[in-house]
Amino acid sequence: MATAQTISFREPASHAAEVPKSAVMGEDLQELQGDKLVLNIGPSHPSTHGVLRVVVELDGETITKAMPDIGYLHRGDEKIAENMTYNQFVPYTDRLDYLAPLANNVAYALAVEKLMGIHDKLPPRCQYIRVICCELARISAHLLGVGCFAMDVGAMTVFLHTFTEREKIYNLIESLTGARFTTSYTRIGGMTRDLPPGWVDQCRKFLDEVVVCFAEVGSLLTRNRIWVDRTRDVGVISKELAINYGLTGPNLRGSGVAYDVRKAHPYLCYSDLEFDVPVGSVGDSYDRYLVRMEESQQSVRLLHQCLDKLPGGADNRSKEPFHVQDGKTVLPPKDKVLTSMEELIHQFMLVTQGVNAPPGEVYFGAENPKGELGFYINSRGGGTPYRLKIRAPSFVNLSILPAILPGHMMSDMVTILGSLDFVMGECDR
Amino acid sequence: MLSLDQIKLRIEQAVPGARVELVPNGALADQASLWLDAAHAVECARFLRETPDLSFDYASNVTGVDWPDTTVKTKVKKVVEGQETDVEESVVKPGFLEAVYHLYSMTRKHGPLVIRLRTANRTDSVRLPSFTPVWRGAEFQEREIFDLFGIVFDGHPDLRRLLMWDGFQDHPMRKDYVEPDDYEYEPTPHDEVLEKAQSRAAKEANA
Repeated sequence: MATAQTISFREPASHAAEVPKSAVMGEDLQELQGDKLVLNIGPSHPSTHGVLRVVVELDGETITKAMPDIGYLHRGDEKIAENMTYNQFVPYTDRLDYLAPLANNVAYALAVEKLMGIHDKLPPRCQYIRVICCELARISAHLLGVGCFAMDVGAMTVFLHTFTEREKIYNLIESLTGARFTTSYTRIGGMTRDLPPGWVDQCRKFLDEVVVCFAEVGSLLTRNRIWVDRTRDVGVISKELAINYGLTGPNLRGSGVAYDVRKAHPYLCYSDLEFDVPVGSVGDSYDRYLVRMEESQQSVRLLHQCLDKLPGGADNRSKEPFHVQDGKTVLPPKDKVLTSMEELIHQFMLVTQGVNAPPGEVYFGAENPKGELGFYINSRGGGTPYRLKIRAPSFVNLSILPAILPGHMMSDMVTILGSLDFVMGECDR
Repeated sequence: MLSLDQIKLRIEQAVPGARVELVPNGALADQASLWLDAAHAVECARFLRETPDLSFDYASNVTGVDWPDTTVKTKVKKVVEGQETDVEESVVKPGFLEAVYHLYSMTRKHGPLVIRLRTANRTDSVRLPSFTPVWRGAEFQEREIFDLFGIVFDGHPDLRRLLMWDGFQDHPMRKDYVEPDDYEYEPTPHDEVLEKAQSRAAKEANA
């Protein structure tokens, strides 16, 4: 019986050297060498996270030119907004960055409140609950971002771990808002409802569990040789390039710019809370991953502080208000509507006309998981905006693709798209 | 951050010939804006970006706003047949398209500075200088405004439709946009499309 050693074989390299080149490659083929191949990726492709289409020009396996093509999910949200009252638009904000609907709700409500000049009259309990919403959404979005990034690169396990934790967040959001996905939790001037009984303890329990998940994901990836090889020095974005292209969020901070809207232009009660802004050193895909992981840890830190400091405590025995009390912004309580004249009028006006915003314009940007989500509202008075513009972080972040993709291998494109962590729902609006 | 008046003065000193006007904001006094004339706008933008104590290095938001023609009715005293009477005159104020930029400084952490550019009208002179060479982050947002409002940005490196498809004709975010009966050619319209076509035909017959 022949053993493996007795089988004669030739190494492929030496074999190739023996064969004359002209035999392998005809003259036609030689002419083709050096020609560029234009390849269309998407709009339906597992690594494009939705309906992004990228047209790349390839020289062999190296990308020489890239052209993102967006708009496949354009629903005309801004035009829709011009035909409805401010509160009616809240459900549409769920569908922007659909991985963090709570954070979108909060950002939108704050923008309208700033226009109306009531953003500094929000009661403390309202501010704390909103921060809790934002940070829960951030953890949820980053868990998904890192999970999908890892899955694109080939580490399937991470995705399963992070999705288990996200499921718990959805349970929390369900008991808070009544919906798992499309939350529509905020209203202009406050929220639809207060925290349900026992919610704070559930949230604390979740926070204790999620840090274990962070540790697991970290041990699966951070020093994993394959992961490091696939992500380090891939898709490097320099500080200057990041600022010039208007990147925001973890993508900007991965490049070493310590700019966080929560610190630079504080809103809600962020100035009373302690947290750090993690930054990367190189600006490659690996740094962006590390920044997301650390930001999730900081969100846990913020959530612990909020739950401890929450005005009124877990069950709100002292009946702290959770929305503004001027009577003309938030719907009055139903028992008052049925018994008192004034409240009935307010209810009627709010339902038919909407909240009344003064003429003028406002721009408000909030730090969302993907970056700065801004709302520009131009009002001519009354209950509907004259113009509402959504400054979506993913939209601006994607414009950097033609600058960073060329020079990378085709397979690195998957890494770079995963590390930029965009959502087409808010990109196309 | 310097006050808007100071910034206005600085721009006027640095860019000779530039016209800058302060546009007040009814809702938020600290988000009043500066109107720049299109001819010197890029120079002004470069100045805002490169002056060390201003250093607005981050163009966060670029918005298009459509202001249609408005008819203003004024009462004018006129002498009609020897008698002085009040006659109502209606004057059409030409509308314009507006591009609003919200600038921040990442290094100095201040902002927003709101600057706005306006076109002469909404029909034939809708050109504005592009700020993309100054702030690369404006690239997609200016393309979007070109697509949805029809402002043509001179100097933009890649001005094509972005959200709508290439063959699309109109600018859907304009206030007077009328959606077609159907977006695809239908040889025998029926149901919703037919209803739309009939109601549009009836409206046109009345007008």
